[in-house]
Amino acid sequence: MIKKIKGSSLKGWLYLLPAILFLGCFMVYPLIDVFVYSFEEGYNSASQTYFGVGLYNYSYVLHDPYFLQAVKNTFILVIITVPLSTGIALLISVGLSSIKFLRNLFQTIYFLPYVTNTLAVGLVFMILFKKTPYSDGLVNMLINLFGGDSIDFIEGPYPAKMFVLCFYTVWVVLPFKILILTSAISSVNQDYYNAAKVDGTSKLRTFMRITLPMISPMLFYLVITGFIGAFKAYSDVVALFGTDLNAAEMNTIVGYVYDMLYGDSGGYPSYASAAAIILFAIVLTITCIELMISKKNVHY
Amino acid sequence: MNDRLDYKKIEASAKTRKSLLSTVTYILLAVWAVIVIFPFYWMLLTSVKSYSAYSSEAVPAFFTLSPTLQNYVDAFTSVPLGRYFLNTVVFTAATTAIMLVVITLAAFAFARLEFAGKNIAFIFFLSLMMIPTELVTITNFVTVTNLNLRNTFTGLILPSVTSIFYIYLLKENFEQIPDSLYYAAKVDGTSDLKYLLKVMLPISKPTIITITILKVIECWNSYVWPRLITDDENYFLVSNGIQEIRENGFGRENIPAMMAAVVVISAPLIILFLIFRRQVMEGVSRGGTKG
Repeated sequence: MIKKIKGSSLKGWLYLLPAILFLGCFMVYPLIDVFVYSFEEGYNSASQTYFGVGLYNYSYVLHDPYFLQAVKNTFILVIITVPLSTGIALLISVGLSSIKFLRNLFQTIYFLPYVTNTLAVGLVFMILFKKTPYSDGLVNMLINLFGGDSIDFIEGPYPAKMFVLCFYTVWVVLPFKILILTSAISSVNQDYYNAAKVDGTSKLRTFMRITLPMISPMLFYLVITGFIGAFKAYSDVVALFGTDLNAAEMNTIVGYVYDMLYGDSGGYPSYASAAAIILFAIVLTITCIELMISKKNVHY
Repeated sequence: MNDRLDYKKIEASAKTRKSLLSTVTYILLAVWAVIVIFPFYWMLLTSVKSYSAYSSEAVPAFFTLSPTLQNYVDAFTSVPLGRYFLNTVVFTAATTAIMLVVITLAAFAFARLEFAGKNIAFIFFLSLMMIPTELVTITNFVTVTNLNLRNTFTGLILPSVTSIFYIYLLKENFEQIPDSLYYAAKVDGTSDLKYLLKVMLPISKPTIITITILKVIECWNSYVWPRLITDDENYFLVSNGIQEIRENGFGRENIPAMMAAVVVISAPLIILFLIFRRQVMEGVSRGGTKG
């Protein structure tokens, strides 16, 4: 009897074995190792030796002007795109839920950016915004039409570059948010709306008092995942400004981590680890603050 | 008499207000639809403009009267787009296939088998779900480099063949299958593995399809890991390929050829999406993360 139980126990673990092996090698071990790396001073990847243990890597990263630039860029991106994309998504989802005709078509179109390669479509955005010697590009043509002067959005002034990045980011993240909010709105119990109708409640009031509270958990979920996603922005930035992001002054924190690891300025896994841990400390702090705020304002 | 008139008036004004509101809604929705569609239209359009026509346009034209496929020929002949494409297909197929085997076995263990330590193992798995990829990528890069697996498919594929979230999704699905089926199969002397393959998998087909599609999208668009692991052009995936093309492909100015490459890269996923529209959207709303 005991033998039998032992046998079936072994079987369960046997089925789990592949997953455990992969997770152990590529998730658990690296997670521990990244902390080890971040405290090893003067690590040399060629000889795999280091001088000592301490906080030097953190201090180096925090004093690196490229890192500070990356932090600034990332924060601007987060602060602009998260509220903006959530707001637009809410507006579009409410609009979508109020119509019947063409609704499926709109939904399909809105979802398209989700299934496209960020790098590939980023190239299209670059071309739309870029100013070249022979043509100012389509967006500048529109600006000229309204009487403005052409701007080089890709290699020009910082605010212009930031604008393109925010625009593209919003374009990329909206499909997911629209999808989630549309299904949240459609799952609100219809009885509430009927009751409001009987009472002659105005549309705005119905929205503020019924729809918004009912979808607030989903809205809040989107804000949290939006913050986390925006803090990790990287490949859309590469798509627009190329791989040398430090030179373009458009690097993000994740970009800084990968640049430290690999490429022309790479070979410093210790600095990369320290920067990555700083990033996740920031993300964790902000997520905790958001969770505390939500306890007061979200209706479950 | 007066009352009736008033009533009519109120009804009429309510009607105009309603139709006005719905017109505004449609206009707003259409505006965003145009913003979404436009880049796709622009890449298709540019990809069929000839290079000389494109570069002589100081003001971009919104249509072309003499479409050409020359750019597509260039995209496949002057840069190894075909190879990038093939690499991505191999990478996507292998990663998805291996992942399906790994997660099916794990989900089956969690959903169906009884063994010591199962609950602890499951909680441990769930807690791993919170680990961000960026943190573990650094060590994985060093590991793969030290194993001399750079510029190999093994190195590309290995770190992404498990997904705890999909294990969780599939386990939930497996658990909905009634126990009586399992006991009936046991009485008939069916082995666990056979039961998994012949009964559980066919019943869970919709979930498997959803997971497959989501994973294919993820693989097709992956950029960071392939970039770190490959610097040999023979192992580039499409994302790295397009970056390479942009930086030193056709010559920086041949934008129509670049756009042809972009169309070729984007088309498979868009077609996949249009075919499996319902499954993709349902799957993403259950478990997608992007944005």
